[in-house]
Amino acid sequence: MSKIVTDVICPFCGTLCDDLEVEVTDDGKKITDVYNACAIGAEKFLHSQAKDRITRPRFQQPDGTWKDATYDEAAEYTAQILAKAKKPLMYGWSSTSCEAQSMGHEIAELTRACVDNTAAVCHGTSLIAIQDIGLPSCTLGEVKNRADRIIFWGCNPAHAHPRHMSRYSIFPRGFFTVKGQMSRKLIVVDPRVTDTAKLADVHLQIEQGRDYELLNAFRVAFKNEWLPDMVAGIPKEKIREAADMMKSGRFGIIFFGMGVTQTISKNHNIDEAIAVTKDLNEYTKFSIMPMRGHYNVTGSGEVLGWQFGYPYSVDLTRGFPRYNPGDTSSIDLLNRGEVDAVFVIGSDPGAHFPISAVKQIARVPSVCIDPHITPTSGVSKLHVPVAFVGVETDGSAYRMDNVPIDCRKVVDPPEGMLTDEEFLTKVRDRVKQLKGRA
Amino acid sequence: MAKITLNLISGRSIQQGVAMEGGKEKDLYRRACGIIELDTSDFKKLGCWKNTNVRVTSKYGSVIVKAQETSQGPHPGIGFIPMGPWANQVTNPDTYSTGMPTFKGVPVEVEVAMDQPVLLGVELVQKACRGEI
Repeated sequence: MSKIVTDVICPFCGTLCDDLEVEVTDDGKKITDVYNACAIGAEKFLHSQAKDRITRPRFQQPDGTWKDATYDEAAEYTAQILAKAKKPLMYGWSSTSCEAQSMGHEIAELTRACVDNTAAVCHGTSLIAIQDIGLPSCTLGEVKNRADRIIFWGCNPAHAHPRHMSRYSIFPRGFFTVKGQMSRKLIVVDPRVTDTAKLADVHLQIEQGRDYELLNAFRVAFKNEWLPDMVAGIPKEKIREAADMMKSGRFGIIFFGMGVTQTISKNHNIDEAIAVTKDLNEYTKFSIMPMRGHYNVTGSGEVLGWQFGYPYSVDLTRGFPRYNPGDTSSIDLLNRGEVDAVFVIGSDPGAHFPISAVKQIARVPSVCIDPHITPTSGVSKLHVPVAFVGVETDGSAYRMDNVPIDCRKVVDPPEGMLTDEEFLTKVRDRVKQLKGRA
Repeated sequence: MAKITLNLISGRSIQQGVAMEGGKEKDLYRRACGIIELDTSDFKKLGCWKNTNVRVTSKYGSVIVKAQETSQGPHPGIGFIPMGPWANQVTNPDTYSTGMPTFKGVPVEVEVAMDQPVLLGVELVQKACRGEI
């Protein structure tokens, strides 16, 4: 027999779906099935039950083999390397709870670390642009109920946020969008004919890397001023058609992703996208929202923001927070070889950083706190497996529209396993002793 | 054998997401991300069968991946490697003072490397860090 746990939050992407149903065994110890989740979310819940899961911390030996350790030994090593380092880097935070993030920041303050989250390789440039000119945004609930013009610029939710379109942006019937998809017009800007683009009313197959020009051309088209025949590979007639479609809506939204944040021009692309949104508000109501990737990268920005004043790339080495992306950001710190210890939690820079930066992680004392075996754990000196937040422990997370949601615990972690927060508390207490603050 | 020049982008795919959550040390992750998606016209220029191993080289590094026909095309001149360790062997680490590497828009050369294996994700990063590849 089995029972169903309802209203479970999915801890995978920034859409943070809150309607999952998880089937567990009668004793509540094993997950047997997951309903309502996308393929990725379901895999996350089911993989937590894998028989080959690592359940104890382990040190990597010089010959590449692993030696099991206790959580106390792991906490001791972590505290020692952070306390001894002149400039430790504490990176990740996006796949853990706000409570764990807050505890980690205490350690960062004590050890004068650089703290950075996965916005560094995701929406960091969006955050710079938001600081430049602001962000006229809204919640996903408003999108569902009001938006009749949806623009996906440089993002592919069909693959990256699989339920975004069915829950909020394209298909659902809302208060003012009673016909669902029929009530909405969809514009997709992408250099590939993505599975999202295949749904679009207008697909602008832009020349890769020409987003700034096209955004600028839209601002010209809104005013019906002169345009060259082609901009960024798009004929001017098509730009005017899309511009008129945007202006004629009652409520529109631009969702943007890595296609603009990771492309050349970076934060300036987002500057211009926000300026497009501002211009559109001369004609109708328009909003803009970054498609955040990790389920709690937004939360990490929030917690860093309220504790240190900056949303990512915070440098505490001088005893007070400084923020200067390009200088205090992880990739640059690693590429310049400036950090002498690396602590990773809730992310996988080994897989998602350029290899030049990963090589530096492998050179210095390093800890990887992650339930999975990852390329980061593969090159770290210590791997600390922990309970899955949102599956085996609860905790707060922020959705991509900055709405905080409490993740639920569904089953117990394997016996003896600690949560991120519990392990970090051990490390914090030991660091305090080492620094004479206990 | 022919060598073609492409503009490389990387990004999410649903197979990448599922395989990542299923275990990055597993073969499924290699099959999801150790690939490059090419346009049909670029396959013709390269002169090889689909699902052939190829070497992708940029000024930042080199990696062996399996060449597959894109399901999200046409996109002539653009190569797509799902985000992950394979793409990051060749991506541009320059952040231009923004903190963000230039993951999209990397000029690369692609050539057939039929006899060379695509490594597993964790193995690839470990070997690269040890200087073995």
